[in-house]
Amino acid sequence: MSLIELENIVKVYKFGEFEIRVLDNITVKIEKGEFVCIMGPSGSGKSTFMNIIGCLDTPTSGKYYLDGVDVSTFSLDQLAEIRNKKIGFVFQQFNLLPRATALENVELPLIYAGISAKKRKELALHILSKVGLSDRANHYPRQLSGGQQQRVAIARALVNSPSIILADEPTGNLDSKSSLEIMEIFKKLNEEQGFTTIIVTHEPDIAAFGKRQIRFLDGKIVCDSKVCPVDEKL
Amino acid sequence: MISITSIINIALRALRANAMRSFLAILGIIIGVGAVVTMIAIGSGASEKISKQISSIGSNLILVLPGATTQGGIRMGHGTQQTLTMADAEAIGRECSAVMAVAPAITGTAQVVFGNQNWATAIIGTTPEMVTVREWELLWGRFINEQDVRSGTKVAVIGQTVAEKLFGEVDPLGKIIRIKKIPFEVIGVLDKKGQSLTGQDQDDIIYVPITTAQRTLFGQTLPGRVRLIYVKASSLESIPQATEQIRTLLRQRHRIGPNQEDDFTVMDLTQMLKAAEESTKTMSILLGAIASVSLLVGGIGIMNIMLVSVTERTREIGIRMAVGAKPKDIRMQFLIESVFLTTIGGVFGLLLGIGASLAVSSLMDWPVSISLFSAIIAFGFSAFVGVFFGFYPAYKASTLNPIEALRYE
Ligand SMILES: Nc1ncnc2c1ncn2[C@@H]1O[C@H](COP(=O)(O)OP(=O)(O)O)[C@@H](O)[C@H]1O
Ligand SMILES: [Mg+2]
Repeated sequence: MSLIELENIVKVYKFGEFEIRVLDNITVKIEKGEFVCIMGPSGSGKSTFMNIIGCLDTPTSGKYYLDGVDVSTFSLDQLAEIRNKKIGFVFQQFNLLPRATALENVELPLIYAGISAKKRKELALHILSKVGLSDRANHYPRQLSGGQQQRVAIARALVNSPSIILADEPTGNLDSKSSLEIMEIFKKLNEEQGFTTIIVTHEPDIAAFGKRQIRFLDGKIVCDSKVCPVDEKL
Repeated sequence: MISITSIINIALRALRANAMRSFLAILGIIIGVGAVVTMIAIGSGASEKISKQISSIGSNLILVLPGATTQGGIRMGHGTQQTLTMADAEAIGRECSAVMAVAPAITGTAQVVFGNQNWATAIIGTTPEMVTVREWELLWGRFINEQDVRSGTKVAVIGQTVAEKLFGEVDPLGKIIRIKKIPFEVIGVLDKKGQSLTGQDQDDIIYVPITTAQRTLFGQTLPGRVRLIYVKASSLESIPQATEQIRTLLRQRHRIGPNQEDDFTVMDLTQMLKAAEESTKTMSILLGAIASVSLLVGGIGIMNIMLVSVTERTREIGIRMAVGAKPKDIRMQFLIESVFLTTIGGVFGLLLGIGASLAVSSLMDWPVSISLFSAIIAFGFSAFVGVFFGFYPAYKASTLNPIEALRYE
């Protein structure tokens, strides 16, 4: 049993007569502990794919088994619980709460997990130290650099010990030095702690971190192997 | 499950972050609740005052005064002629079946002296029935009796105010006071009654036997004439009957022809007061309703602010959902914010209302009554307004699609 199993996943957006097949019959398996990089041109369906895996979105049709459980029929509350317990999201825009400190941002998933304030603080501080930000715990996002903000976001994604880390263009807003630092963190987490990691990226040198690459084009998977050839259309 | 303290913390932080806006939203509720509390205080103060008067004046009381009520549609002063007699009073007591007790009265004011204290007060000459008619208890001693009236003894029953002014700490019973220099023995002290309808102090009074008053105090009164007659009907329902019986009887006795006007006036005080009570009740409901409109407007203000807040924080909502907030967690967060706003408004509104009521009471000399009831109303109402007007924005926030919310700029 794979950690993630997608079977004939279709996502369609309808505009009156028109319909766009954003995901067209995607079938894919991802095992526990894998490090996958998703590539493909803009609008090819990468984010939609990530959102469905992350239970932020639901497919129009098809089956999604997470840890062997069919989550495609789950209620909003059940999906929220999965996002809380099993998924750690990292976004291109960092998506930190601007009026909360780094520490409070990291605590956020734990609040919705119903964990006590004392335990929350303990866990959040521990994770912050892992991403090298112990000394910035009480800083607000605007007082942090882009790379630091993304590290806070990674800490937030990790704090509730998820089984999957999903990062949608996590380095898209960072300079190349910070990008590499962030990727090193993901790599280390995957290698040392076995977090299953899926990262969307445009950049070949970032994609090179992946031990498996999946390339999307017009809602279809056009390549799924150890290394996909660079597409000249990119 | 998310803990309630966490949700409250989140809500408080959001409110603090927008302190000015929160304050303005609260202001609407403060004014609304303040208005409701003040109006209730004014309205219930007025009805309480009237209810008190009804019980203090004596229930089912009818007054018979000399002189016509109207002459050519114009209300005339009562008592300009002395048309009522002791015999009229006795006849009413004897012949009107709906009447329970009758007490004629001669009134005047006089200087009263005890020792080196002196005091000008109302002197009423009356008969023993007066205490029954006015439902007035004696604190000490006894009231005037038949014997006093028959022989015109110089005895006096004094009200609380007179007792205070003349005697202070001294026990008045058995003491001799001088009314118009004539010595009277104090035989009784009346219980406290408070203010009358017209705001007079009803305890500033001395009762003496009617015969004594006529002979020794108010010589200008024609013999046998009385200033007014107090009548107590046997029940509330029989007041109209009693009134009619008195009118018929007095017209007969005064030989008034079919086309002539009454030379007396029968006033049904209970009914007047009941009518006044009814109209104050209506007034307080009306005032309350008007005030509620401002609370409603305040509530709409809260809703407006909450909707703005939900829109502004769309991205925050998306982030919370992405890390595991359930729709009901989001709903609770905004609902608590809204209830918190209105409850704070309720507390300050209550204070404002109390302040305004006291101001009205002292500036306009209006009786106000601030009760626990108004406090509960203020609190309950404001919390209700918070839930009611906060629900839609909170519901809207909870149904946001997380992906779209995250994409919101
Ligand atoms: N809510 C939506 N409504 C309509 N079309 C959408 C919506 N979300 C995404 N799309 C469309 O789906 C396609 C794929 O989007 P996305 O998965 O974000 O692509 P990528 O991340 O690869 O750039 C795009 O053409 C986009 O316009
Ligand atoms: Mg994308």
